[in-house]
Amino acid sequence: MKRWLLWVPLGLFAVFFAIVAAGLMRPKDNIVESKMVGKPIPEFTLPAAVEQRPALSNTDLAIGEPQMLNIFASWCVPCIAEAPQLLELEQAGVKINGIASRDTPQDIANFLNRWGNPYTRIGTDVRSIVQLELGSSGVPETFIVDSKGVIVHQHVGDIRKEDVPELLKIWKDAG
Amino acid sequence: MIAESGLIALWLAAALAFLQFALCTIGLTKGQDQFFAAVRPVAIAQGVLVTISFLLLVWLFIRSDMSVQLVVSNSVSMKPLIYKISGTWGNHEGSMLLWVAIMGVAGAAIGVFERTLKLRTLVTTLAAQAFISIGFYAYLLIASNPFERSFPVPEDGQGLNPLLQDIGLALHPPTLYIGYVGLSIAFSFAVGAMINRDVGPDFAKAMRPWVLGAWVFLTLGITAGSYWAYYELGWGGWWFWDPVENASLMPWLAATALLHSVTVLATRDGLRAWTLMLAVVAFSMSMIGTFLVRSGVLTSVHAFAVDPERGSFILALLAIYIGGAMALFALRVGTVKEGSQFEPISREGSLVANNLLLSAILGIVFIGTLYPLVVEGFTGEMISVGAPYFNLATGPVALILVAIMAAGPLLRWRRDKAKALLNRISIPVFLTTAALFALVLFTTTMSVLSLLGLSLAAGIAVASFAPLWKRNLRRTPMHTYGMILAHFGVAVALVGMASESSFTEEKLVAATPGDEVTVNDWKVKLHAIEPMAGPNWTALEARVTAQYANGTTYEIAPQNRMFPAAQTQTSEAALLTRWNGQLYVVLGDSDEQGRWQLRIWWKPFVTMIWFGGVLIALGGLLAMIGRLRRAVRQRKQREYAEEWI
Repeated sequence: MKRWLLWVPLGLFAVFFAIVAAGLMRPKDNIVESKMVGKPIPEFTLPAAVEQRPALSNTDLAIGEPQMLNIFASWCVPCIAEAPQLLELEQAGVKINGIASRDTPQDIANFLNRWGNPYTRIGTDVRSIVQLELGSSGVPETFIVDSKGVIVHQHVGDIRKEDVPELLKIWKDAG
Repeated sequence: MIAESGLIALWLAAALAFLQFALCTIGLTKGQDQFFAAVRPVAIAQGVLVTISFLLLVWLFIRSDMSVQLVVSNSVSMKPLIYKISGTWGNHEGSMLLWVAIMGVAGAAIGVFERTLKLRTLVTTLAAQAFISIGFYAYLLIASNPFERSFPVPEDGQGLNPLLQDIGLALHPPTLYIGYVGLSIAFSFAVGAMINRDVGPDFAKAMRPWVLGAWVFLTLGITAGSYWAYYELGWGGWWFWDPVENASLMPWLAATALLHSVTVLATRDGLRAWTLMLAVVAFSMSMIGTFLVRSGVLTSVHAFAVDPERGSFILALLAIYIGGAMALFALRVGTVKEGSQFEPISREGSLVANNLLLSAILGIVFIGTLYPLVVEGFTGEMISVGAPYFNLATGPVALILVAIMAAGPLLRWRRDKAKALLNRISIPVFLTTAALFALVLFTTTMSVLSLLGLSLAAGIAVASFAPLWKRNLRRTPMHTYGMILAHFGVAVALVGMASESSFTEEKLVAATPGDEVTVNDWKVKLHAIEPMAGPNWTALEARVTAQYANGTTYEIAPQNRMFPAAQTQTSEAALLTRWNGQLYVVLGDSDEQGRWQLRIWWKPFVTMIWFGGVLIALGGLLAMIGRLRRAVRQRKQREYAEEWI
């Protein structure tokens, strides 16, 4: 047997070591960005989630001014955490449309009563079909669309206090 | 106090491991054999202490001692006893303690039972075993102390992941771990043999029962794990090529190859370097598997706690142990003389083919498992390598492997004639061909792989018994029966796999109570959906009857369970097992209009997959007992003869 062959296992292990060491050092980034950013909102129509607010379709998102589209659910704890920030955005003049994912009318109504209702329109997406079409992988997520209904930005996860100025800036620039 | 006692026992065990290593090393380097007398007792004491430490942790879980952090985060007082016990290893720290406990017991077992190895090799083996243990003790004590107290003491715990609250989990991880860690013995043996240049038939014969033992547990663990995933996840599949599953499959592949190459070394003194390499690789795969699972470097459906610091620690251990052993291999094996030679068509030849093919499968699985990590590293893109790749790449290799498996035992050692082999194997070949024709003519749904798999299984089932042809059945050694049983088990499992993948029928319906669905020979009727309550869960249970074609009616009750403590939902599939297959019914969500999602599968002969797995393990057990009995008998004869002289 050739002597150098005996070193092959060690060499292979070194390669393995390098790969996983690099994998360990790299910070884990589990955020899946939507492939829909830069594209118009896909066609959809969702029934109204609660009586107090009208239903939502894609045409409501292309009305000549930039808006936000927030995907939420009453069963989602981070959605409670971001509720004050959504109200703050609404105070700043942003029209926010909601999509309630996998939820019931009663639960949504309770949620809005308790944590505030910043939404102009709310559609209910019982099987999260529209959510998936938007390329959203979880709740909460927030999209910013421009005046023609093209998605210009996606925010994954809850909106923190420190995110508000940046989102406002993107919203203004989209106008 | 129990927690502190457990921690003290663990520290003491670690200290003894260090002492064991020191005694061996000093004795070996200074040539002072009197040190060796103390090694066995120290190894045994270490095994006892670490076992006590583990049992104390089990005791804490049984008592639901909420002053211990690990119990708080993984248990809850209102939980059946069996799941309190299994909760001990259903978490990171506990499972690592189980790991070192088995490691310690394995070392003690070598100390007590190993009688055939040369003294210096034995001592080096025990030194290696202790050296590996030290690393894992350090890991436990420094980076994941299972006995840590919690302040303030909460009223109750957070519960165990509901998916893990299952009898399958109570048994599957310990079994798998015994197999995983049992392979450390082969690793240590190889290190001992390389350092002392003691590689030959005697060494192989000493190592073989240990490898067989670990392999039996590994086989059982994988089989149990596959069945657990099959009925607990409610997806109807039995193997998902998930990184965690692959982590258990890779050591098994290496150990299976080792099992066969060690026979060549024992019988014919061939494949010396190769056998040593496999012994090192097998346990390396166990450690790499544990690392991949525990470090969170790969994302998997079995999401365990992710902690990069722990990952780096285990990775450092891997570098020391695997890197060290492989460097030793490169330095030493060049000086180990090559064993005896053989012709390509011979028993050795077929075993080499077996080894190469098993290694090829191992390579495919290894690359497939790590590939997502490599891609993410270079492009930042997240991908997952799924079943299509693994099935397509491993399937054909596996089929060639099992075909050789049928022929190999019929070949003579050293040299044989192809024509003679063809004579011996003519009946199985005929059967396979006939089955292939029949299947092609009468079935339409089969994939090429399943078609070949099922036809091969027919031939192998017969061929596996061929070694008994024209032999005195009572004088045939036990290990030969073991081999026959294990090979037959492969045929049985193959039938199950091919049948499941080709003939499964699936229906997904939205049913209101009163609806009836026909699946194959079954009429499945949904009667009602009722709420249920268990010890630590509430559920919606579907009352379902299933009527077989012959009129027999069975009642089954698939459930959708909610575990309030963990805020998780699981679906409990209802399984109806008949000799010719399984009916698998899963209750899904409601559409809020009185209709319920029902997913129904009829899986013909699916149970043969696990039945085959158990047969394979039993075959290994039989071979191990046979080998051990023979070794004891030969030693007695030798002692008797020595007395005479």
